[in-house]
Amino acid sequence: MNGNNLLSVEDVVVDLPTPRGNLRAVDHVGLTVGAGRTLGIVGESGCGKTMLSRAVLQLLPKKAKLSGRVMFDGQDLLQLPPEKLRKLRGRSLAVVFQDPMTSLNPVLTIGTQLIETLQEHLELDDAAATRRSVELLAAVGIPAPEQRLAQYPHQLSGGMRQRVAIAIALSCEPKLLIADEPTTALDVTIQAQILDLLAREQRRRHMAMIIITHDLGVVAGRTDEVAVMYAGRVVERAPTPALFKKMRMPYTEALLAALPKLDAAPHTPLPAISGRPPDPTRPLKGCSFSPRCRYAVARCQNEKPALEATETKAHQFACFHPIEAHADANA
Amino acid sequence: MLLFVAHRLLYLIPVLIAVSLLTFFIASLLPGDLAYTILGDQATPENVAALRKDMGLDQPIYVRYFGWLGNIVQGDFGRSFRTGQTVLQAVAERLPVSLELMLLAQLGALGIGVPLAIICAARSGGPFDRFMTGTAFGMLSVPTFLSAILLIYFFAVELRWLPATGYVPFAEDPLANLRFLVLPSLTLALAEWPSIMRVLRSDMIATLQEDYIALAKAKGLTPARILFVHALKPSSLTLVTITGINIGRLIGGAVIVETIFALPGIGRLLIGAILTRDLIILQGVVLLVGAGFVIMNFIVDMLYAVLDPRIRHGHA
Repeated sequence: MNGNNLLSVEDVVVDLPTPRGNLRAVDHVGLTVGAGRTLGIVGESGCGKTMLSRAVLQLLPKKAKLSGRVMFDGQDLLQLPPEKLRKLRGRSLAVVFQDPMTSLNPVLTIGTQLIETLQEHLELDDAAATRRSVELLAAVGIPAPEQRLAQYPHQLSGGMRQRVAIAIALSCEPKLLIADEPTTALDVTIQAQILDLLAREQRRRHMAMIIITHDLGVVAGRTDEVAVMYAGRVVERAPTPALFKKMRMPYTEALLAALPKLDAAPHTPLPAISGRPPDPTRPLKGCSFSPRCRYAVARCQNEKPALEATETKAHQFACFHPIEAHADANA
Repeated sequence: MLLFVAHRLLYLIPVLIAVSLLTFFIASLLPGDLAYTILGDQATPENVAALRKDMGLDQPIYVRYFGWLGNIVQGDFGRSFRTGQTVLQAVAERLPVSLELMLLAQLGALGIGVPLAIICAARSGGPFDRFMTGTAFGMLSVPTFLSAILLIYFFAVELRWLPATGYVPFAEDPLANLRFLVLPSLTLALAEWPSIMRVLRSDMIATLQEDYIALAKAKGLTPARILFVHALKPSSLTLVTITGINIGRLIGGAVIVETIFALPGIGRLLIGAILTRDLIILQGVVLLVGAGFVIMNFIVDMLYAVLDPRIRHGHA
């Protein structure tokens, strides 16, 4: 598996200096994505999933300190000179951001924003780039694509804007698309459409994709592998079917339990995860989830569990008391 | 878009009426009787009464205002009782000087301020940015009469590169005209670039934090394209406002600079009118300058719409 990884993130650490001290946003994270595969990164707000994606894209805030290795297509992105990195971004490494209201430039037309990407990376004349833009807009399900080229972002709805953002990301046939909470800012009715669109285009173009979300429901049927992040670390990682069949990390279980269920009786209280994530400027000695974990014992507070493989090599988790073991103890 | 322009134009009418009201009433609040001023020390009460009747000064103030306004609508701003020149003639004679000075000063200020702002924003927090921010702050506190005198000292007295004072119309000798205007416009530009640079720099730093700039980087665009195409336009609304105000202000002439460099512009005309109590000229010029200022603001509003499509389409 290691040989044909398109992206491999190795031991990446992101530190952000803040007035209250150093904030470790990403804490020794390692992940891989094979060509054409889909990885879901799940975690609540502030767990470091967006910072991790920004680290891969080299779009971290200026003050952030980054270490580790980000191997993409045989090159370490962290060592790449700016000009080579620029040629890679938008060409083989593309991104869709969370909020389509802010990710498109309000003073440039849709056409300009699409065509500039095409002409930056592919040798297309104006006519060819325009033709290709119309095709792209049609492919992402935008009606009357020719007219849209002359329109500005504010003339489109949120869902339409996200489709435009996806068209821009797809424009140069990237090998890897990072979708950072692509549906969080959208109406629920639009969310499924956008996710289906991403899945369809991914299959058609045989591109790899990372979906970042706080919603386990989003990754359930749409990813090959899921990594669950908490307080900057990957706490559980498994092929998607395996994860949903048998989740081991109590945090993953709690995340899933916190999803509202359609068949629940009205007014059933949502089993939210009590407490809040630890202050990232004051790292805990033990497992970061231990203060909120209902299975936690003394050892959890004093020792940090490593991310380890179990019976199946693919399923890894960082917990001294994985859920099954606990269930066994009860039995 | 046409509707938008028409709408904004309608707003101009009440503003211009307010400007004319203010101009007229403030001018008539000035102490001293115009008739006495004209007739001088030797005036007899009969002469004064006759002149007052002749000029309509014995009528109530609102009657005089509407009379004045009525004449203006017909293009008659009145004439100086000293030189006999009409207000329009006097302004037409001086305006080209002030406009040329204003134009060159703005070009200079923008030419210095905009590139510096872009470089500072692109490298914000760096040594160059800190140095330029400090310099701009220092330059803001240098009054124009000081920089004018320093410029005259270095470039006219010591180096003898440029003339210190005087003026030649552009039509007569373009090169000499420009040589006379270099130092005055530079003086004004030196006073104005710091505000231009500071405003554009901070707006641009804010814009560079936007998601769409991150996306522009993620699209692999060149740094130059990101700065000039993606960041400059959305950051320049305040810059346009400041430049508009500067231009509006300079339409009325730069009193100090025109005086120091002996330029026959609107500023000198105004000062002359004040010193000789030439109320008709004063009133007329102030009204024209005020109207110029208001129209300049209208143009700025129009430029907003050009820069930001959301304003153009009535979303903001």
